[in-house]
Amino acid sequence: MKRTLRIVAGVLIVGAIAFWAAAGANRGWTKTHIPKKIMDEATGLEGIQWQGGFVPGVDFLGAAFLGAGVLAGLSFFVPAKPK
Amino acid sequence: MKTKLTMLAFIALTGATLAAPQTFDFKDPKGINNAGFKLDAPLEAINGSASGISGTVTFDPANPAATKGKIIVATTSLMLPNPMQKQHMLSDKWLDAAKFAEISFESKEIKNVKIADDTTTADVTGTFTLKGVSREITVPVKLTYMKDKLGQRVPDQKGDLLVIRSSFTIKRGDFNIMPGQFEDKVSDTIELTLSIAGASPK
Repeated sequence: MKRTLRIVAGVLIVGAIAFWAAAGANRGWTKTHIPKKIMDEATGLEGIQWQGGFVPGVDFLGAAFLGAGVLAGLSFFVPAKPK
Repeated sequence: MKTKLTMLAFIALTGATLAAPQTFDFKDPKGINNAGFKLDAPLEAINGSASGISGTVTFDPANPAATKGKIIVATTSLMLPNPMQKQHMLSDKWLDAAKFAEISFESKEIKNVKIADDTTTADVTGTFTLKGVSREITVPVKLTYMKDKLGQRVPDQKGDLLVIRSSFTIKRGDFNIMPGQFEDKVSDTIELTLSIAGASPK
């Protein structure tokens, strides 16, 4: 159990970093709506349409590290298996 | 004498028709009209936009200096990419969107009018209202009159378009939006841009 918790914590951190990097390594806040520019040919105006999406940011990484830290921390309270 | 009077009447009537001010409606079913806002913040700039634009402007192509009107932005239409930021922005601590449903600018006076073909640039003084606080501000505006172009924007409709562009800044503290607080996290200066087109159907 102790080992399992630490492995899960490690997987969580690695997985979060990999997902964050693959999604563009956004160094800002997590985005759940992405602005898309649309051009109005008649007036030359550039409008903005907000589309649903998910771009993880530093808060996402922070939450993953926090979760991993909790799991790793819990592992110290799990009694070791008697040999 | 009779001919002269008839001619004068004809000229006056033609002049009145050509100089007639038109009312342009800025409600945009296509959702192109938008107002952008930007504030500096430590991690990344807070960049959003609002599409709930409405209001009317009266514009006379023969006398752009007489332009007047009011543009309204629905507070709840303000969008940010991060949901938590958006929730905070609309909450009672910041914009209080539930209580103050509209952000508006109503023109009072136009100065420094410069006309080049169908484009007019000017400084417009008016009342800007945000979170229930009204202040007189002067903003630079560019008006582009597009005669008979409504059909290109809205099929099967005839009429004219009036495009308004403007960029200016305000201080959130001037409008009772957390004055003097969190200025290291959310800038007091807000950059606003307006990119809107109004329609005057015939």
